[in-house]
Amino acid sequence: MNTEALKELLYKIADDQLILGHRNSEWTGFGPLLEEDIAFSSMAQDKVGQSWQFYKILNELGESDPDTVAFMRNADQFHNCQFVELPNGEYDFSLIRHFLFDTAELIRFTMLADSTYEPISQLAKKIRGEVKYHTMHANIWIKQLGSATPESIQRLQDSLNQAMPYALGIFEPSPFEDDLISSGTFVGEKALESEWKKQIKEIIDQTELDLPDMDSLTPAFGGRSGNHTEHLQPLLDEMSEVFRVDPTADW
Amino acid sequence: MYGGGNVFEAMKATALAEEDPQKLAEFEARIDRGEKIEPKDWMPQLYRKQLIRMIEQHAHSEIIGALPEGTWITRAPGFKRKLALMAKVQDEVGHAQLLYSAAETLGKSREQMIDDLITGKSKYSNIFNYPAFTWADSCFISWLVDAGAIVNQVANSKGSYGPYCRALERICAEESFHLKYGHHCVIHLATGTKKQREMMQAAVNRWWAPMMHFFGPSDKISVHSEILMRWKVKMASNDECRQQFLDMYVPKIWELGLTVPDENLKKNQETGQWEFTEPDWEEFKRVINGDGPCNKERLAVRRTAEERGRWVREALLAPKAKYVTPLA
Ligand SMILES: [Fe+2]
Ligand SMILES: [Fe+2]
Ligand SMILES: [Fe+2]
Repeated sequence: MNTEALKELLYKIADDQLILGHRNSEWTGFGPLLEEDIAFSSMAQDKVGQSWQFYKILNELGESDPDTVAFMRNADQFHNCQFVELPNGEYDFSLIRHFLFDTAELIRFTMLADSTYEPISQLAKKIRGEVKYHTMHANIWIKQLGSATPESIQRLQDSLNQAMPYALGIFEPSPFEDDLISSGTFVGEKALESEWKKQIKEIIDQTELDLPDMDSLTPAFGGRSGNHTEHLQPLLDEMSEVFRVDPTADW
Repeated sequence: MYGGGNVFEAMKATALAEEDPQKLAEFEARIDRGEKIEPKDWMPQLYRKQLIRMIEQHAHSEIIGALPEGTWITRAPGFKRKLALMAKVQDEVGHAQLLYSAAETLGKSREQMIDDLITGKSKYSNIFNYPAFTWADSCFISWLVDAGAIVNQVANSKGSYGPYCRALERICAEESFHLKYGHHCVIHLATGTKKQREMMQAAVNRWWAPMMHFFGPSDKISVHSEILMRWKVKMASNDECRQQFLDMYVPKIWELGLTVPDENLKKNQETGQWEFTEPDWEEFKRVINGDGPCNKERLAVRRTAEERGRWVREALLAPKAKYVTPLA
């Protein structure tokens, strides 16, 4: 197996989980109701914990330790898609992102559970179980708010339109796509994307929302190769503020 | 988390005169026998009122208390701390949820309680009106403010109102994890690099006065609460809680090589009581009445969160919508 290809795959997954987990945690204390505060915090803990596990695999492949990797890199060294780094906005945007991203995430981990690379398939099997609850949560809320009041429907529709180009950025192909597929490590972004489109349509069709015409949109690519929006670096500066006071210290 | 220093309703001498004397006697006899009062049971109006007030203040303290530490979630150094702090603050929000439910059994809705918080009608623990400037401040809170809260909550969990006691038992179990986490963080700072030790000492210096205020005014000057004690609403006096806290934690603070910014602080070996410089109760009153460093900010954050979330709560009530049970 091509180690570079493997690392690229692991980094993008780990970075997605870390950054979106971090964003989810920003809802703590600010949710529209206490129950949602708690739900977003649970998902944040799962995602950050999952990223940690992936950084540990990377560590075994020769990369630095997880804390150093997470807290000491700059934005251009991160491989997450731009979607996860966007600010939370209002609850409608956070919910739409949660729905679109977590649906893709669950499919990705389900696919990775069959990976020929043992450490990934083992971890993916475990994570799949956690993420299942995240998509159940998202689906219930999308169905609820997507058909409730004119305001909730309008808000979700606006956020869906705004989010969609970024959501398509999740599936930015890796330069190693062929290696990953032929080695049986991962079935590839294309297969993931087409399954994702089917699944989100199934939920959106049960609401008053309209799915934007995805073929006419330009996906927000770039994140996978370190090109990010202006939002990522400030997030990382905040995340590492204490850690960088003394990176060698034991906190 | 929560401390003492509850603000109780001023009691009118006539308050009990309107109650049915026989029912009142039965009620008091039940409490004397150590029975729990349940939501459907008869209770004097005053008991109901004071309990709502106390539980509500406790619930508000949990959600407002999530704010000073919450700001450090995104800055926690390293995976271990980041995950632990997220879980800790999440617990505090969960405590608020439990406590609002307990208070609702007495007839006041969560919405009303939150409205009263936002308008400033209802209080919360004074200590959260101080800012957490550094990571070390958040560690101080997790260890010592939670420790103070435990002293108070363990006492209250032996009280007379069933739903509140049961909520507190669950809360105390979680609080003991918070305390362990906080202690662990403080140990690392206090025994770490020069910079870490300085950060930690500065935090102790900043938080000591609010910590002494945390348990409320000394018994000498606080309002009479005999009836609340008799009804097992208030289970320990402010001074008793403060003494217990000092006894349990000052030695642990000293053990770490930290100092406490009160040169008069010492245990009188003869009386077994801790002696200290009398806290500035004028400042306590000023802050609890709205004029502390963060009162306005804390309420503004809460108010904004409520306003931004209104459309969501309205959408949940919409006729088309089925009730959502949160899964995660
Ligand atoms: Fe706590
Ligand atoms: Fe708490
Ligand atoms: Fe928790």
